[in-house]
Amino acid sequence: MTPNLQTESHTEVGPPAIVPDKQLLLQVRDLHTWFELRRWGFGHAGYVRAVDGITFDLHRGETIAVVGESGCGKSSLMKTILGLHRPTKGDVTFAGRNLSQLTHKELRWYHSQVGYVQQDPFGALPPFMSVYRILEEPLIVNDVKDRDERERRVREVMAEVRLLPVEDFLTKFPHQISGGQQQRVVIARAMILRPQLIVADEPVSMLDASVRVEILRLLQQLQKSHHIAVIYITHDLSTVRYFTQRVFVMYAGNIIEQTGVDDLLQEPMHPYAQALLAAIPDPDPENALRLREVPPGEPPSLVNPPRGCRFHPRCPVKLAGLCDVDTPPDFEPTRRHHVKCWLYK
Amino acid sequence: MWERGDGHLGRIRLRKTSLARALLRLLPRNVDSFSGNIFLDNQNVMPLSEDEFRQDIRWLRISFVPQAAMNALNPVLRVGDQVAEPLVEHLGIAKSEAIGRAKEAFRNVGVPTDFLNRYAFELSGGMRQRVAIAMAIVTGPDLIIMDEPTSALDVLTQANIMNVLKRIKQELDTSFILITHDIATSSELADRVAVMYAGQIVEMGDASRFFVMPQHPYAQGLMASVPRLRQKQEPTFIEGQPPSLLAPPRGCRFAARCPQRFEQCDLEPPIYTPAVHQAVKCWLYDPATQPVAAIRGQA
Repeated sequence: MTPNLQTESHTEVGPPAIVPDKQLLLQVRDLHTWFELRRWGFGHAGYVRAVDGITFDLHRGETIAVVGESGCGKSSLMKTILGLHRPTKGDVTFAGRNLSQLTHKELRWYHSQVGYVQQDPFGALPPFMSVYRILEEPLIVNDVKDRDERERRVREVMAEVRLLPVEDFLTKFPHQISGGQQQRVVIARAMILRPQLIVADEPVSMLDASVRVEILRLLQQLQKSHHIAVIYITHDLSTVRYFTQRVFVMYAGNIIEQTGVDDLLQEPMHPYAQALLAAIPDPDPENALRLREVPPGEPPSLVNPPRGCRFHPRCPVKLAGLCDVDTPPDFEPTRRHHVKCWLYK
Repeated sequence: MWERGDGHLGRIRLRKTSLARALLRLLPRNVDSFSGNIFLDNQNVMPLSEDEFRQDIRWLRISFVPQAAMNALNPVLRVGDQVAEPLVEHLGIAKSEAIGRAKEAFRNVGVPTDFLNRYAFELSGGMRQRVAIAMAIVTGPDLIIMDEPTSALDVLTQANIMNVLKRIKQELDTSFILITHDIATSSELADRVAVMYAGQIVEMGDASRFFVMPQHPYAQGLMASVPRLRQKQEPTFIEGQPPSLLAPPRGCRFAARCPQRFEQCDLEPPIYTPAVHQAVKCWLYDPATQPVAAIRGQA
């Protein structure tokens, strides 16, 4: 049963249709990804509105961060961009080609152009394959027939992610290497087909705090040297400023604030973004002496999101009669700083 | 030795969890040697028998919130019953009274009391972690050992849980040993900090001094690797890997990765106390060798 999206969602009056531009790599327009809920296998019980109207552009070589808590829809957004979910409505256009119009073969090409770095390095690697075989697999699947050529490329990418000495690591299995090294293998696997875009979903949150910096630096180096665009998904804002240029803050399926990293850290506009920043501690002994201000409640259910602005039940500065009735559109109070909040009307 | 609100820091896999389990005598079967002394309120609990420890100490005076406790909740029992269980089992309290005290524990951790009748799968991750904490406080222990209590949670939920712990520390006067690799979060609760490396405590001191100026080179490296929101400095990282504990190196275990190592480091350093309430296991702080003054300038 396809949803009647005309009445059920807030359609964006966004930027005009796709503009041909060599520098634009990815264009997402009014993207909706809804998952159907079935009751007892038969009855329709509503939709989980994981991605509910998202529009943005990504240029070649640009790094953006998508920041939000669990359940805000950021992983669903990424999986839709990766082609793992079908959009319920809206378009994803990559290098000028609309994803929903790709043939089966073209979709294979697309998957070779977008690398995916998952959150759990141990879960992402097949336990019965050696590092060499794990890295060789994408090459085999993508018809690199010459065995020597494959070996050369595996060794090359391993050196790039600094799994050195390469000889030592080729025959190791995932359980024989540390978490940081496993994640390097995951990154190597994402890089080996020389993609134009890498989607990194919480790439360091399951790693030790002191290893995180190493891995993020590695991603930054690879991004610079290969001019790859990176979408970095995280809930940890403190790592964002070192490795990305623009930040999108997601809440309950929408991007509620969009701006440059330094802008967001110095002048967050949306009350949710302000709360996120206020909740993050830096190592400071004074922290133990006072309570931290946190918005009450929990993020809303995506099946039945609140009417109007989805953050209003938890918002300390909501405008009664407006925020709980109408969904705020996109405002741009200062240049290149977008926010979806009635306070900025 | 542990005072109120101690924090306990170090990398994953460096045996912080084993320390927690050792304090609670929950060691695995293949433990080879378990020796030394543990004093709780000036009473040595090491000589106690297994039964005495179980009846008098574990969960009554020392309780434990394990890593990913939210996944450790029993899926087929209501959460209220699980929080009441330690009272029934360890204190022999009647079920109805135990439920009453479970309600109070729920209130202390900020979970609405009508959740008593729910099952674990009906609660979010943050709520489940709070239930796990409620289970640890319900018997009114003197000391709670928490192993990575917030590492699987989002930023706002983390801040919420830390607020809960701060309130419990204040209102119930409970002591905590907080085991974590997250330095920033540990500063939210700790009065004192101990840093572990390769199975040993290499530094211990007041939080007010530790977070500003750590003494041990490993602690300094850790502090420098924390990405900060409010300051401009770029984080760095420590090259290399911790040593295998199957064959730990002779001498200082951090020497192989230490930017300040010198010849003396081939021998295992003793513990020095450069200041009141400060202990460092590092040759740099030997008053007989002069490097200390120069290093202090660098730290």
